[in-house]
Amino acid sequence: MSVNTTERLEAQAPGRGEVRRRWRGVSHASTGYLFVAPFMLVFVAMLVLPLAYAAYLSLFQERLIGGTVFAGLSNYTRALTDPRLLHGVGRVALFFVIQVPIMLVVALLAALAIDSGLLRMAKVFRLGIFLPYAVPSVVAALMWGYLYGPDFGPFAQLADSLGLAAPKFLTSGWMLGSLANVVTWEFTGYNMIILYAALRAVPHDLYEAAAVDGAGAIRTAWSIKIPALRPALLVCLIFSVIGSFQLFSEPQLMQRLAPSVIDSGYTPNLYGYSLAFTGQEVNYAAAVSFLLGAVIVVASYAVLFITTRRSRS
Amino acid sequence: MFITRLFNIRRRTAVGTALALAALALAACGGGGGSSSGTASQAPAVSQADIDKAMSTPTELTFWTWVPNIQKEVDLFQKKYPAIKVKVVNAGQGTPQYTKLRTALKAGTGFPDAVQIEFQYIPTFALTKSLMDLRPYGAEALKDKFVPWTWQQVVGSGGQVWAVPQDSGPMGMLYRKDIFDKYGIGVPKTWEEFAAAARKLHAADPKVSMTNLAQSQAGVWFGMLWQAGVKPFESPTADSIKVDLNGAESKKVADYWGGLIKDGAVSADADFNDAWYQALNRGSYATWLTAAWGPVFLEGSAKATSGKWRAAPLPQWEAGKNVSGNWGGSTTAVVQGTKNPIAAAKLAEFINTDPESTKMFATQQFLFPVTKALLADTSFVDKPLPFYGGQPVNKLFAGISDTVDTKFQWPPFLDQTVSDWNETVGKSFANKTDSSAALDQWQDRITKYAQNQGFKVNP
Repeated sequence: MSVNTTERLEAQAPGRGEVRRRWRGVSHASTGYLFVAPFMLVFVAMLVLPLAYAAYLSLFQERLIGGTVFAGLSNYTRALTDPRLLHGVGRVALFFVIQVPIMLVVALLAALAIDSGLLRMAKVFRLGIFLPYAVPSVVAALMWGYLYGPDFGPFAQLADSLGLAAPKFLTSGWMLGSLANVVTWEFTGYNMIILYAALRAVPHDLYEAAAVDGAGAIRTAWSIKIPALRPALLVCLIFSVIGSFQLFSEPQLMQRLAPSVIDSGYTPNLYGYSLAFTGQEVNYAAAVSFLLGAVIVVASYAVLFITTRRSRS
Repeated sequence: MFITRLFNIRRRTAVGTALALAALALAACGGGGGSSSGTASQAPAVSQADIDKAMSTPTELTFWTWVPNIQKEVDLFQKKYPAIKVKVVNAGQGTPQYTKLRTALKAGTGFPDAVQIEFQYIPTFALTKSLMDLRPYGAEALKDKFVPWTWQQVVGSGGQVWAVPQDSGPMGMLYRKDIFDKYGIGVPKTWEEFAAAARKLHAADPKVSMTNLAQSQAGVWFGMLWQAGVKPFESPTADSIKVDLNGAESKKVADYWGGLIKDGAVSADADFNDAWYQALNRGSYATWLTAAWGPVFLEGSAKATSGKWRAAPLPQWEAGKNVSGNWGGSTTAVVQGTKNPIAAAKLAEFINTDPESTKMFATQQFLFPVTKALLADTSFVDKPLPFYGGQPVNKLFAGISDTVDTKFQWPPFLDQTVSDWNETVGKSFANKTDSSAALDQWQDRITKYAQNQGFKVNP
């Protein structure tokens, strides 16, 4: 019976061998291209072309009166001496230097705590820290806007009931710190997940060897886990460089609460947005965006250079 | 809902960076396109036969507006012209809508046939040749139906009619009678009396300020300039502009308000946010210098204070005079490039002039009228409002509407002007710094911007 079936099946499928042969005829290289094609198509259409177009735009100047003229690199020279852009870049650089270390240290401690296995309800803890990342940044900014409120926010009310002055979260002196707090709250969980995943990949024998050598939990963390995390930390750091320099949604949403503190040049991205959509200076905005891109590339490279050199030495 | 007519730069939509950049690239796409018509020479009038034909041909119009429940007025139009179907789209309120409109116009596709445009944005969109001159469709004949200054707002420098007025916001003063009574303050008739009252009130109770001149509300500032007779912008020719933001009259206004704010007698909190609503409800502001749409707006936003408010005209710079400015107000315009200009022009005309439709705007959406007929309609103007102790507030504002200067002009780059106001004058209010120096900065920034954009400034 079973033999019969097999025979019948083979008899019914005369074309199979041919198909296989035809497929074998196609070279491996072109199969590869075929598989990559969907990605390449989207990549070129959604990233390369817009970038090229923006680069092209940045070389022109479209005026309300007189139309479009070729401007060469004058948009770039203007941007390089634009005090508002330079202040914005300085501000996000300061933001990066202060906020990122705090965020990464907290993320690292959280990842180590979960990985240590000593934590009760580790899953709840993990989810709890990660949850803010799942909250859209619009909602986050609105929520923090309420918490920071000088009249009705819980902190202000608490201070009021204690007879103290309300903390001035939304004033020019505090604003960058307030924004850093929101960003830390949002992204600590994300970084923690990356670090935690990397920790799970550390071979278990290393821990056993350490235990045999008499290392405690803290010693293991310091001498085995943290060195093993170096590549993952580097990834987090690069992401943070990009994220910091591209700071946009949080200040943009907080702008409504403190319009005189967050001006249109508060961060470089906000400045680019204002130039394009408020001032109709699309070409100049393109040049600003490109320069910001260059700043990010340089900063990322600098971070890579410094960290890898240190690991070699 | 009446925030519709404010124009502080508010970007409600959260746009991520990537999205913003993508939009930027998109916005720039098809840069060469756009229509070339709309130059100084006037197109010939469209014949009545063509109009009749267009209005009986089945057509679908798209109408971008953020007036709530405007479908009711649109239904009246569709009842009269059954062949025309109007698709109402709320594309955002103010700035978000304008941003979308610009993007669609640049892309050359996806823009509406008719669109709501606030008075102050008409020159901005006229300059980019985004609006159609409505004269060929008989718009000039509508002139006498409207309050003169509102009509002047929609007329271009070459006599073009860029839109049909929909509603307006002549400015007056809403005040807390209970607070005035408690501290023995009379209703100020001049700004001098107003300042004296402000200082007296501040001395008696530092927690209450005479008014709040919002650091984020360029609209009120323009209203104040308007009242003071300042002509901040004039366009003698299409490619030149006169910018006069820091003249003697403007400085007088800036020194006045800057001084009161520095002394703490007037606050400068950002408006239309939660803290501001709370302050209104709590009685932290003894007055609100606002537009004709303000009374109903306040009724909905400060319910706790019902019966305590009254309305009066704005205090005057010169005793005995009676002038005011405007804050807000909208129009219906027809977008350049529409395939159905006749039907769109007739829609703009109908909803803003038909007696039933305009009455509906005034009584259902509480838009302050711009037609002479409605402002003389006793059922509208004599209506007592219990929130104001039974005062017929509409009558007061109908009277104020006649005192608004007709010659005030807006710049052809409003967004930039407002954004720079926020960062100079508005900032000086917030930080209690020299407002007069801030005016100079404002003037300087706008001059540079206009020059960069190719205008001949102050020729």
